Amino acid sequence: MFTFIVRRLLQTIPVLIGVTILTFGMMRLIPGDPAQIMAGESASPEQIELTRERLGLNDPLPVQYMDYVTGIVTGDLGTSVRNGRPVSGEIAPRLRPTIELAFYSTLLSVLIGVTAGVIAAVRRGKLSDSLIMLFALFGLSMPNFWLGLMLIQYFAIGFDVGGINTGWFLASGWGTWQQMVLPVITLGTAGAAIIARMTRSSMLEVIDQDYIRTARAKGVKERVVVYRHALKNALIPVVTVVGLQFGALLGGAVLTETVFAINGLGRLMVDSINARDFPIVQSGVLVFAFLFVLVNIIVDILYGFLNKRIDLN
Amino acid sequence: MVKATDILDEQPILEVKDLQTSFFTEKFEVKAVDGVNFAVPKGKTLGIVGESGSGKSITSLSVLRLIQDPGKIKGGEILFKGENLLDKSEAQMRKIRGNEISMIFQEPMTSLNPVYTVGQQISEAYMIHQNMSKKEAMLRSTEMLELVGIPSPKQRVKQYPHELSGGMRQRVMIAMALACDPELLIADEPTTALDVTIQAQILELMKDLQDRLGMSIIMITHDLGVVAETCDYVAVMYMGKVVEYASVTDLFKNPKHPYTVGLLNSLPRHDVDLGDVELNVIKGSVPSPDNIPTGCRFAPRCPFASDICHEKLPHLEQSEEGNQIRCWIYTDEWDGDPEVNVNDQRST
Ligand SMILES: Nc1ncnc2c1ncn2[C@@H]1O[C@H](COP(=O)(O)OP(=O)(O)OP(=O)(O)O)[C@@H](O)[C@H]1O
Ligand code: SF4
Ligand SMILES: [Mg+2]
Repeated sequence: MFTFIVRRLLQTIPVLIGVTILTFGMMRLIPGDPAQIMAGESASPEQIELTRERLGLNDPLPVQYMDYVTGIVTGDLGTSVRNGRPVSGEIAPRLRPTIELAFYSTLLSVLIGVTAGVIAAVRRGKLSDSLIMLFALFGLSMPNFWLGLMLIQYFAIGFDVGGINTGWFLASGWGTWQQMVLPVITLGTAGAAIIARMTRSSMLEVIDQDYIRTARAKGVKERVVVYRHALKNALIPVVTVVGLQFGALLGGAVLTETVFAINGLGRLMVDSINARDFPIVQSGVLVFAFLFVLVNIIVDILYGFLNKRIDLN
Repeated sequence: MVKATDILDEQPILEVKDLQTSFFTEKFEVKAVDGVNFAVPKGKTLGIVGESGSGKSITSLSVLRLIQDPGKIKGGEILFKGENLLDKSEAQMRKIRGNEISMIFQEPMTSLNPVYTVGQQISEAYMIHQNMSKKEAMLRSTEMLELVGIPSPKQRVKQYPHELSGGMRQRVMIAMALACDPELLIADEPTTALDVTIQAQILELMKDLQDRLGMSIIMITHDLGVVAETCDYVAVMYMGKVVEYASVTDLFKNPKHPYTVGLLNSLPRHDVDLGDVELNVIKGSVPSPDNIPTGCRFAPRCPFASDICHEKLPHLEQSEEGNQIRCWIYTDEWDGDPEVNVNDQRST
């Protein structure tokens, strides 16, 4: 198992190199002069020339790339166009809310999604199955910013029912649980819906397998058949989906942070895009890509634990 | 010589009476098991034979009440040690499954859970039925693997199913089924998926374990060769019904039902060299479930079929030897050739 994890980590090196090539290329592919872009729109010709010099834009591309990677490794991500401060210093404090938001939302979608999917599969064709699938379709087709606005309307601003005001939660910021509930629901809903559908179909496939019949013939309780014998097999494809879903989740985080005024990386990205602060945008993309790769490593390791048929070495 | 009448001397371990199990599909009801009767004497082996789709597996799953939707046991009695299993609660049934009655299945490749070790899967039976600790159960599982002839059981017990061959997996299934010393073992085509040498080994093993542990066995197969080797009694099934029930010696010496004769004729013979001669197979095929003959189910394919056969379903009649037969020829109502002898159809 240990060697498997090490191998898996080594395998991500080419992926990370690819990611840096992409973000590096991102700056070069934007139409116009990179020095002009990096220096900001209001920069004077001298400033632009200075930036060109500082960024080594006159060097050959491979040298520039190596400088870029060295910068990443040493934590030097350039400086913000807007305020001239180091990009790493701008990004670092924004990481925590975004990672927490992504983590709790994933946790929520896995817990709700798997539970709902199992119930729907076990009660296939019954009313509870239809209801769960209807909710899943609803959750899947609802744009996440709209869901966020609705939740704010009903549970942050609130309304009176029998003398009780339903504005239990807060609509902005991040830190206290009152602030965290609504964004997590907003961001976790779509994932929960996808995972519920996936778990259901995977469970339905597994529950008809011969080894489930074997378990029943052994005298195993139906609940244990479902959760021990069936679910562990059914989760194998679901786990993969959770990893892929994480990419969509990061995209959703950008919107969610904007709707709930959370000072996270997503919001920083939106603000920076608006201000054409490309150094920050570039590094933000890099951080998101790293997060995605990291989560998928974790997912792969989990997959290895679950699926005994794959040869770990 | 064993006679079917011997059954009557002692209470059989299992007696199935008029068992009916149907699947309710959208369009019609599939009567997979349609009035099945048989008995399994203590310590003996009953064979259930019949073509594919005749209802053998559904019969055995019904005995353990493992029929899943849209299937349903509609009626009859399943008397295990004199008690009707159809009256038991689900919790009571769970205490019987894997403990007093065990089952092994046709497909060793898919019948073991891929994400648990062999040891974990055998242990589960001990932990459920004998309240053993994990450690104790694992120890007993290793012993069980040794008993079923798996080499280096201490290593094997920690392996996952995909690391074992088909024959090994079937041995694991047997070990799991026999873990709690069942009184009845139902083996649903335990060797069909295995190659011939492994097949012989598994049958040998089952016979050996039966002698040692004294259990009764229901051996489901469509291979009469397996029946001849392992069984004491045979129930021949056709389209959800038992058409003949007899001791093995009677059945092979003097088959009564035209369908049994057909099955025997399709058995490859090792004593005579047939060369390239094709085996006799029963003509025609099993009718589809939405087109069930009204009279004798076998009438469309039966070389002896007479008028009454197409009109009325024959009853299961007890013969003087205690065998049972469902065919008009052996009744007073027979309207065909009075001198008919089904054995004339036997190929030599
Ligand atoms: N889930 C189901 N839905 C509808 N019909 C079913 C279902 N399962 C079994 N049947 C029907 O029950 C009949 C008996 O099936 P069964 O599996 O008992 O046959 P079998 O004698 O064991 O055949 P085989 O030798 O192929 O194993 C079949 O004709 C099949 O059409
Ligand atoms: S009852 Fe008639 S059709 Fe049926 S097996 Fe006997 S002879 Fe053949
Ligand atoms: Mg079968």
